[in-house]
Amino acid sequence: MNLADALALLERSAAEAAAAVVGAASLDDLASVERDWLGKRSPATAVNEAIKTFGPDERPRAGQAVGAYRAAVTDAVAVRRSELEAAAAADRGPGLDLTLGGHGAVRGHLHLVTQIRRELEDIFVGLGYRIAEGPEVEDDWHNFEALNIPPAHPARSMQDTLYIELGRPEQVMLRTHTSPVQIRTMETQEPPIYVVAPGRTYRNETLDARHSPAFHQMECLAVDRGLTMADLFGTIEAFAKRLFDDESVRTRFRSDFFPYTEPSAELAVSCVFCHQRGCRVCSHTGWIELGGCGMVDPNVFVQVGIDPEEWQGFAFGFGLERIAMIRYGIDEIRTFFDNDQRFLEQY
Amino acid sequence: MRAPLSWIRDFTPADAPIDEIVAALNQLGLEVDAVEEPGREVRGVRVARILEVLPHPDADKLQLADVDFGDGQTRVVCGAPNIAAGMVVPFAPSGATLPGGFTLERRKIRGQVSDGMLCSAKELGLGDDHSGILALAPDAVLGDDVRPLLGLDDVVFDLAITPNRPDAMGIVGVARELAAHFRQPFTVPDPVVVTDPGVAITVPVLIEAPDRCPRYLARVAEVTVGPSPEWMRARLLKAGVRSISNVVDVTNYVLLERNQPLHAFDLDRLAGPGIVVRTATAGERMTTLDGVERELEPTDLLICDADRAPQALAGIMGGGDSEVGPTTTRILLESAYFERMGIARTSKRVKLRSESSARFERGTDPDGVAVAADRALELLVAVAAARVAPGSVDEYPAPVVRPTITVRTAKVNAVLGTTLSGAEVREALAPLGIDLAGDGEVFEAVPPSFRPDLDREIDLVEEVARRIGFAAIGRTVPKPEHQVGALSRRQRDRRLVADALVGAGYSEAVTIPLVSPEAVARFSDAPPVVVANPLRSEESVLRSTLLPGLAAVAAHNGARGLADLAVFELGRVFLRPDPDALLPREPECVAGLRTGTVRRTPVEPDRPVDAHDAVDALRSVLDALGTDAVRIEAAPVVGLDPVASARVLADGHPVGVVGVVDPRVVDALGLASPAVAFELDLDALAAAPTRDRQFRSVSPFPPSNVDLAFVVPDTTAAADLVAALSGAVGPLAESVRCFDEFRGESLGPDRRSLAFALRLRAPDRTLTDSEVAEVRERAITAAGALGAVLRG
Ligand SMILES: [Zn+2]
Repeated sequence: MNLADALALLERSAAEAAAAVVGAASLDDLASVERDWLGKRSPATAVNEAIKTFGPDERPRAGQAVGAYRAAVTDAVAVRRSELEAAAAADRGPGLDLTLGGHGAVRGHLHLVTQIRRELEDIFVGLGYRIAEGPEVEDDWHNFEALNIPPAHPARSMQDTLYIELGRPEQVMLRTHTSPVQIRTMETQEPPIYVVAPGRTYRNETLDARHSPAFHQMECLAVDRGLTMADLFGTIEAFAKRLFDDESVRTRFRSDFFPYTEPSAELAVSCVFCHQRGCRVCSHTGWIELGGCGMVDPNVFVQVGIDPEEWQGFAFGFGLERIAMIRYGIDEIRTFFDNDQRFLEQY
Repeated sequence: MRAPLSWIRDFTPADAPIDEIVAALNQLGLEVDAVEEPGREVRGVRVARILEVLPHPDADKLQLADVDFGDGQTRVVCGAPNIAAGMVVPFAPSGATLPGGFTLERRKIRGQVSDGMLCSAKELGLGDDHSGILALAPDAVLGDDVRPLLGLDDVVFDLAITPNRPDAMGIVGVARELAAHFRQPFTVPDPVVVTDPGVAITVPVLIEAPDRCPRYLARVAEVTVGPSPEWMRARLLKAGVRSISNVVDVTNYVLLERNQPLHAFDLDRLAGPGIVVRTATAGERMTTLDGVERELEPTDLLICDADRAPQALAGIMGGGDSEVGPTTTRILLESAYFERMGIARTSKRVKLRSESSARFERGTDPDGVAVAADRALELLVAVAAARVAPGSVDEYPAPVVRPTITVRTAKVNAVLGTTLSGAEVREALAPLGIDLAGDGEVFEAVPPSFRPDLDREIDLVEEVARRIGFAAIGRTVPKPEHQVGALSRRQRDRRLVADALVGAGYSEAVTIPLVSPEAVARFSDAPPVVVANPLRSEESVLRSTLLPGLAAVAAHNGARGLADLAVFELGRVFLRPDPDALLPREPECVAGLRTGTVRRTPVEPDRPVDAHDAVDALRSVLDALGTDAVRIEAAPVVGLDPVASARVLADGHPVGVVGVVDPRVVDALGLASPAVAFELDLDALAAAPTRDRQFRSVSPFPPSNVDLAFVVPDTTAAADLVAALSGAVGPLAESVRCFDEFRGESLGPDRRSLAFALRLRAPDRTLTDSEVAEVRERAITAAGALGAVLRG
């Protein structure tokens, strides 16, 4: 085969291959056509074999011709393959409707109170705190007496206590706040102490839109040398910024009274929803009241055997439901305890 | 308490804008609940004199009044019976506005034109008195706006006073705080009492319980009982107190102004002019002013007459028959100081809280007793034509001594995180009436007698904080240096358990642990922990299992058409205390409840939930905790179906229950059927062994799979066969799984077929056919020992 023969062969073969590709009726046919015109016995292979016998000046020309032939046939095969594949898929009938979904619910939801609780725990763990816990049924000592609330103290009437039929009358009760955990922590742990105590607390109220016999609080206690009220305020502000994920949050404190802290203050944060322009959440005051705080009263330290001259401490607390209500615009506390599936699955 | 600004201004200018006064009160801890302007909407009401009263020609109960309002005269129709010629009254002409935004118009009433109306106190927003037209002072200037005359320009602060601040329950106390804050003068004029030797009378006072009544002061006066003047009625009304009579009003007025409760007895109705202060005897009874007969206890303190007959429950409420009435002509005025806790105890026991008891139990001013009595007498002279007997009986055997408190400027700064100088500390404390001596580093401070809350250094540190304001304190964040923040093992486990159940499709419920005895008895036969003072039976015991709460959740959702439910709760349950303990045991549990249908359509058929769903959920919890050596064992469980219930054991110790909820309970609660449940005790699980976490290399060799089917008696549990097969095969058993359960007539009664898939694998080689055959025989023999017969 000389160069002229080779070029003529490739030209003729290209035309025949094109016809064969178009004529292939199935993917199997196409595979055999492809083998015939591009495989080991194809004209292209024959020409490639012959090129070795050509003169050096003829070889490039022949090589280019083989390349062009292969490209043309390969492209034609690819086009025909797509056509045949599409036709084959159409023959399998309608496709799977994945919009039908899965087999059913794949995942449940944590209760909103738990989600808030975990979020707060994580913030305080990040600040270096541990989580403290205590019983929900408490004795008078831990719930009142050690917290500087002696019997008949007017502060007791601030709390509508649910008492338990154990011990002497009014000796055992459902804790009215998480503060007894402070006492239990200080009774069992030497300072320095940095803990938060989340948990359920109780009041003698019937469940309705605004009241609940049980709800959740979180209380923070820090006892260390040289802790000041500025440390208290700064910790609350750092916490509030994380809670609302907003570095512009500011805190406001107003004098208040709690028997177990002195000085005591009510704590409020600047409204993150209106940036203090006034909105429904903040009752158009620009401030959201979150809870109470103060420096641990020296009497409390004395009750648990901590020297108030050596150690100073602060404590603050707030309601978990209240935070959720503020954040998500929930109006009724009953919502948390109805546990309606639609509510649980919203969060 | 309600503090009218006009009253505060009797003692200090308080002329700052209202919002600044509100901000100051809030900062000082006298929290402002509301700011009210009672006469805000009253516009254009003027002083007028009634010239003549004529009968209405067409209506018996109406009259016509011609009035002179200074620059004109007109006629109005009036329905009040108390009008008369010469009376000076508030006149609202057409165009004037009254509370509620109501604007008057000239109109005809029963045929007669009325050019406005004459007003009662209530119509001007001054309390509830609607009995007649308000009589103004006869010398009021005709035509003047009544707003300043009646104090309608006033602002009333509704204050929430914390229990530590009795002094701030009086107007004088509020004024003192504002004066200090605004650095303005503060003056409480000394009362001037004119006495009349003609009414001299001796009133012996005997205090038998001086610890309970450290001071008792009695004064005597002749009075003319009648209505109070308008200014006093208006002031009391704005402070929230209804006018009764001039004498009673004066005692209330001084209580509000000076925070000193007073009591006026009708001297002529006491058995002899004398007072005995004593404690009650057991079983003694008295009827208090509210008409309730009360059984007394020896801890109750009584004010009695000379015959020792009770005339008042001391500091709380009057009683007996010595109350001041319209016929009273001589009074004994009591001004006393009672010990706080005693008042608090009695008040709480008899469930009677009055304006007086609220003040005494917080602590009144023992040294303010005499001046408060003088103030009352001064007012009685002015409003009740009193003739005051000279001299007083003042029993004060052991005057209350105020403490001397050492205040260190360094401690103030150490607590507050401030850098105040001694001079600044002095400047903060002195205006509060605190006497200070010292060099600036250390002060000796004597707090005033009206501040019983101040007796320690920290109390004065707080006063400094209130005075400088919390805004003056910085913001720093301490970092614990002795520990790393972290969750405990239990706290992490709790999250793992909840997350596992969420992953298994269960949503978390949080229910209230207070339930009814019936609800808890459905799922537990242990006696529950009982609430001593429940508001209702539905919240009268504590749960001893989480299942009643979850059942209530299912009932709630079922009633709303949400029958397909999978919920869990993680929390404490309450069990009666151990023998020597006071407090209940509070194990932490997790429970799940699933009801209705497992929805698989349209891809597969739906199916009802079944007990195996509950087992799956339970296993996801145990797997999350890594609990080892778990066994499920058929057993009756309270609240579960006796033929479909089991208890769960870990290492032989009970840790929980699982099964189908008893159909009777399902019916009783109206739950969607079927319902399945489990409950696990996390405290018990914490003590259970956990999976070995030492690494085991995974074998790269191919497994040998052996399937075995046995006919077994119904009494043999599948888990027992799995255990027997695993034990027989030994370490070569990579897994043993039951994959088929079949019952049929061919098997005979009380028998079933169970098929097991054994996956065998050695760590170091491919098992030979003969090894597999030998293992298979061992397995069959072990199953045979449990009564299982290999199926052909
Ligand atoms: Zn807002």
